[in-house]
Amino acid sequence: MSFGFDMQKWLYYKDLILVLTAKEVKIRYKSTIFGFFWSIANPLCFALVFFVAFKIFMRLQIPNYIAFLLSGLFPWQWFANSVNTSPTVFVSNASLIKKVNFPRIALPLAVVGNNLVHFLLSIPVLILVLIAYKIYPFSLKWVIGIIFLSFLSSLMIIGFSLIISSLNLFFRDLEHITMILTNLVFYCTPVIYSASMIPQRFRIFLFLNPLSPIIISWQKLFMEDAFSTEMILVGSIWVVVIFILGFIVYKKLEPKFAEVI
Amino acid sequence: MEPLITLNNVYKSFSLKSQFKGGIKQFLFHFPKSWQEMRHNRHFEALKGISFSVYPGETFGIIGRNGSGKSTTLALIAGVLRPDKGEVTVKGRVSALLELGAGFHPDLTGFENIILNGVLLGLTKKEIKLKMEKIVEFSELGQFIYEPIRTYSDGMLARLGFSVAIHVEPQILLIDEILAVGDVSFQKRCLEKIMEFKKKDVTIVFVSHGLGDVERICDRVALLNNGKLVHIGNAKETIKKYIEIMEHNDGKDG
Repeated sequence: MSFGFDMQKWLYYKDLILVLTAKEVKIRYKSTIFGFFWSIANPLCFALVFFVAFKIFMRLQIPNYIAFLLSGLFPWQWFANSVNTSPTVFVSNASLIKKVNFPRIALPLAVVGNNLVHFLLSIPVLILVLIAYKIYPFSLKWVIGIIFLSFLSSLMIIGFSLIISSLNLFFRDLEHITMILTNLVFYCTPVIYSASMIPQRFRIFLFLNPLSPIIISWQKLFMEDAFSTEMILVGSIWVVVIFILGFIVYKKLEPKFAEVI
Repeated sequence: MEPLITLNNVYKSFSLKSQFKGGIKQFLFHFPKSWQEMRHNRHFEALKGISFSVYPGETFGIIGRNGSGKSTTLALIAGVLRPDKGEVTVKGRVSALLELGAGFHPDLTGFENIILNGVLLGLTKKEIKLKMEKIVEFSELGQFIYEPIRTYSDGMLARLGFSVAIHVEPQILLIDEILAVGDVSFQKRCLEKIMEFKKKDVTIVFVSHGLGDVERICDRVALLNNGKLVHIGNAKETIKKYIEIMEHNDGKDG
């Protein structure tokens, strides 16, 4: 597809991604009675189960446990939902990919965008929980922090999504592998326990898991309105690595999409 | 005159093995090699050295039996596939008529689907909104345009899809067997619209088994057989050739 000048092209890209994202968001809430409730029902239920299992039964020493859980679970859901729908994002649009030469990258971007909207909509719920615990971190810095971390997280999730969605066309087993891996990585990421509980000699694993620095940053921001320079730094390195890797994988495989789909 | 579409000695083959052995680790660690293996293991040659040009304003038909390479040719022109060897040059905005409901979502309304389909076909939102009235009018859906399209009949879906594709105002319109759906009056109106496009000097590439339609609208027709260009010429003479080949093959099979 060729356009007269570049501005037109960017306008088109923006519209394409916005329309596709809007479509995903609409479909998610259409023909359900409780609509938005369902998207937060999952993390809320998990939070409840973890609360009973770890706080009440196992006496985990984390104050304001539900607020702590949700401040990690909501961003985690954004990641997990995007990554778990990525394997099928191209396959389910097979007829379109075979016939129309639109920029395919818009499809995974819309999946990540849909889950971003979702994540942002869940923040008010978190605010209510924080208030219930009498925690008031809210400030302008807090809001800017959310925007900044959303940006970092978006790039990372887009990177993962591009890798998984592109590779899955050539290696369909990836769909199942992704499911299992996201589950495993969840327990390796400090969401139900806090980073400070990890023994010193295992702390290196915090930095080897790309999700940990980002999730820890979210928890710190939501709960304390604070940033850990160390985590932001390591997280940013991971973001750059994964985003670039994702883009390279997509660019390399994209010309063959219509053939193998 | 400069041709709009040129295929120059184009080869295209498909791997019959869609997945690879050895798993993802092997695949990634020996990426260039795995890639080559994937490409050259048991492939099916869909096109074997096709060359032709389509000139501005022409209505160009492609006929041939199933599996002769018609759709592959169309996909190469659409830019969806890339040739293994040879060159495909296309100048101008290409729009494709999609099969029934491709790119549509059943839970969205006709109105929402027009916007969705429009951006996928290369328009910005603003451009779509400007054309919205005309698109709705041509689709003849009336108040149904605000209903989810899962409530539509096949004919209504076809009308919606056709209406969006033609209002994209393409320089090149690709039509693949679209007229098979819809009732007689709709087919007639589609043909009328195609005629209108012809008058506006839109270049059309038309793939069909409906030889009557091909003869009626195409200026030139190419006949493909087993991935090779057998004949290219005016509609009448190419169709005659096609029928000869079909009879010849039927004789062999029987």
